[in-house]
Amino acid sequence: MSEEATADEIIVCQDVCKWFGDFQALKNCSLRVQAQEVVVIIGPSGSGKSTFIRCINRLEEHQAGDIIVDGIPLTRDVRNIEQIRSETGMVFQQFNLFPHLTVLENITLAPIQVRKMRKDEAQDTAMSLLNRVGIPEQADKYPGQLSGGQQQRVAIARSLAMSPKIMLFDEPTSALDPEMIKEVLDVMQELAETGMTMLVVTHEMGFAREVADRIVFMDGGEIMEVGTPEHFFTNAQHDRTKLFLSQIL
Amino acid sequence: MTSAADANSDRSVLPITERYTLIGWVRRNLFSDTLNSLLTLAALAFLFIVASNLLRWAFVTAEWGVIPANFNLIMRGQYPATEAWRLWLVIYLLGAVVGSSWRLLSGKFSGAARLLIAIPFVLMLIPFFSMATRLNLVITAAASAAGFFITGYLPIQRRGRTAAYLLLAYLVVMLILLQGVGAEEGPMPPVAPILWGGLLLSLLLAFFGITLSFPLGVALALGRQSKLPAIRVMSVIYIEFIRGVPLISLLFMGQVMLQLFLPDGFPLVDRVLRALVAITLFSAAYTAENVRGGLQSISRGQYEAANALGLSTYQSTIHIILPQALRAVIPVLVGQFISLFKDTTLVALVGIFDLLGIARTILANPDWLGTQQEVYAIIAVLFWIFSYSMSYASRRLEQRLGVGQR
Repeated sequence: MSEEATADEIIVCQDVCKWFGDFQALKNCSLRVQAQEVVVIIGPSGSGKSTFIRCINRLEEHQAGDIIVDGIPLTRDVRNIEQIRSETGMVFQQFNLFPHLTVLENITLAPIQVRKMRKDEAQDTAMSLLNRVGIPEQADKYPGQLSGGQQQRVAIARSLAMSPKIMLFDEPTSALDPEMIKEVLDVMQELAETGMTMLVVTHEMGFAREVADRIVFMDGGEIMEVGTPEHFFTNAQHDRTKLFLSQIL
Repeated sequence: MTSAADANSDRSVLPITERYTLIGWVRRNLFSDTLNSLLTLAALAFLFIVASNLLRWAFVTAEWGVIPANFNLIMRGQYPATEAWRLWLVIYLLGAVVGSSWRLLSGKFSGAARLLIAIPFVLMLIPFFSMATRLNLVITAAASAAGFFITGYLPIQRRGRTAAYLLLAYLVVMLILLQGVGAEEGPMPPVAPILWGGLLLSLLLAFFGITLSFPLGVALALGRQSKLPAIRVMSVIYIEFIRGVPLISLLFMGQVMLQLFLPDGFPLVDRVLRALVAITLFSAAYTAENVRGGLQSISRGQYEAANALGLSTYQSTIHIILPQALRAVIPVLVGQFISLFKDTTLVALVGIFDLLGIARTILANPDWLGTQQEVYAIIAVLFWIFSYSMSYASRRLEQRLGVGQR
């Protein structure tokens, strides 16, 4: 079968379709992502970028086509869904930290509850992750006491605490003030350099050019063009891609 | 907000002699122009008439003798006097448990803790109390202080959990003490709940009504949001049915119809217990709707973040959704619990002697004809004290839990 994953293909999407009522948000989207690859998805708003990556951990349900994550087919089976979710971290535009828990509790909750990790062990991991994203001193504060950039870095640490194989980023810098975007992008770039498989929906073209292995351009629910950053920024094929790039660059 | 700011800015431009003096304040706020002066005088006259009549009634006309004469009845109904020591034991233990949990949950001997220990001493000022009562109050204060300080020396790890277990154990011990065990001639003969009365019964009905209806209401609220149609429909039917009938009709149904639904010889024969069931079922439906309001205030992002981390539905409900939803509805829930406490007076209409029922028996006694004003005033004061304490406690709880809120 064509949708069978090869050994190092960690995400396989084949002809994925998704409707919201009568509106078709995704039209036969196919994408294969290698382990350790960084794929950036760009496109105008409403083009289905977010919907696409939200299908990969089943925050949205796709209605046709196949999605296989790390060899696990994404079906209605709750066990498969939970297994895929525990191997897939996600970072949201609005951070979605838990406001009633401290930063440390935000990070340790899932490892303790889902992975059944011991509390002190989970806290040690959380502190080393906070060190990695550069804000160990904020461990005992509540999310509401942090700046947007700090909150997003906590959100990244929270996802990493589950030791995911894949990280999904859904416009991670779009809700941030301009001066805070860089601190989040730096963390993401460092994460990419450690070999994490990443799918990133973003409007940050600098990041895409520098960090992405491949760029995916989506428009109207379709994947229009896939290629290396070099290909994209010098030699885009599609008219719609050229138009989009000319508008934002 | 703006008016306060205006007043502040005004104050800074006033001549220095008028800024902080009482006369200056009065002139500015009460007599700033003719209309204000007239309004001030009219309000003063009205207050004077009301206050003088009230004070004349309270200190001259009123026959307060009815209260000391029936004090035991108001406090504990027909609970036998020979067994009153059990009630005092329940109160001592309450003092000890409150002191101990205070140490566990707050850790500090703060102003509020002093206030709590001061309550028994304030009660001692009530003029007609006997020496025995005063001694009992001192023991209660000592028990709460002892609970606080002894707990400080115990090596306890999980403080919140210990406090919860302590409370649970207290409830069991309290019920055993009130109900009694063993034979009629034994040291603790059984006292049927129908003999419990007065303030004791009102507080018990409210307390158990609240603690039993709360989990039921939360479960119903979650059930109403369930993806399983059977659970959702059953929750909706239950909530809408209960909310559609008055509490008094449920109380009557509890008295006359409950046995139709129960097997013969089912132990739920006591009328007080039947009333408690009716109150609990009634309150649960309202709790469910209030909690649902809190659930709806949780943004979709919270559910998504919990899902994306791999938390199961149960885990995200317990750790993410409910803590935030309940926190958001504390003021509404406390308001509902206060009204439940006051609604317990309706049990007087089905022949149960709570505070209001006791008031009616006192007034039916020929010795105390014409003392309605005094008796009802005292009942109102008692209800006010407990309702206000609940509302005060809820405000403190909100402040404590409000840390780091958005």
